[in-house]
Amino acid sequence: MIVAERKPIDEIRAFIENCKKILLVGCNECVTVCYAGGKKEVEILASALKMAFMKEGKELEITEVTLERQCDHEYLEEIRSIIGEHEAVISLACGVGVQFMAEKYPQVPIFPGVNTLFMGVTEEKGVWTERCQGCGQCILGQTAGICPISRCAKRLLNGPCGGSTKGKCEINPELDCAWQLIIDRLKELDKLDDYDKLVPIKDWSTERAGGPRKVVREDLK
Amino acid sequence: MRLSYPDSIRIIRLPCTGKVDVIHIMEAFEKGADGVYVAGCLDGECHYLTGNLRAKKRVEYAKKLLDEIGIGGERLEMYNIAASDGPRFAVVAKEMHEKIKTMGPSPIREAIARKKAA
Repeated sequence: MIVAERKPIDEIRAFIENCKKILLVGCNECVTVCYAGGKKEVEILASALKMAFMKEGKELEITEVTLERQCDHEYLEEIRSIIGEHEAVISLACGVGVQFMAEKYPQVPIFPGVNTLFMGVTEEKGVWTERCQGCGQCILGQTAGICPISRCAKRLLNGPCGGSTKGKCEINPELDCAWQLIIDRLKELDKLDDYDKLVPIKDWSTERAGGPRKVVREDLK
Repeated sequence: MRLSYPDSIRIIRLPCTGKVDVIHIMEAFEKGADGVYVAGCLDGECHYLTGNLRAKKRVEYAKKLLDEIGIGGERLEMYNIAASDGPRFAVVAKEMHEKIKTMGPSPIREAIARKKAA
């Protein structure tokens, strides 16, 4: 899931300072699961914004909508008939949804209501942690299912650095050393021999460093 | 017992404080409430096990939101009162009433009044 968190209300309010009617659009996918931009968060943010405006003696009309997804044409089409009635849109989707809406509706200003953070898991209720950086060449098969790209601060590929102490990373004593986790799991799997195998230099061109990426499936087009 | 408590207080009955959501609190303020308090069972005595603990966390979150928009998180409180403790209920009602009275009307109530007068 893509993990995000709501922007401060003041930042959101500044986007729409001079508006009288806005569209507030939530997304039913990842941001719902991480309580940042689902239907509930749309309601709460709408109420907070309305009160912030009322306090200043201004009025703000908000249309609340939550789409199934904001990263697909078919769902974004659902707001085509109403978007034009609004001076601006605040999207509570991840950065993907915000951009896709802006591409689709170039006439209306679209603002983000959340900060998009990472691809991660719900470790426990209210706690999300990063698991994947979309490097484009998954090496989880060699690393006991634990990703050193997303979970090691240095993205090391062949064992831990000298900053690994008692299983924790030197950048944060609460952060597990990814390589300690990998070694522990390899032991459990009785595959510690795999630790000796050298992982070759990674081709980073499939990662963000290679520029914006694209996937084309001719069979599906 | 025939205890009295301030008539400024409107009671909204719920099966459990675990039912209280942030939006319910926000809407109360949006409609002009000067203050809101959530009265739950004592810690560890929730009939649904954790309803009052969940409510407490939601109240804390709503307090931050109210601070962010300048309404003031102190206008919102969570109290734990045993269901059978009438005297404590009356004391808390008076305490909250006095606190809010000292703080004065909520800026939203004032904004609503200004709008009506215009």
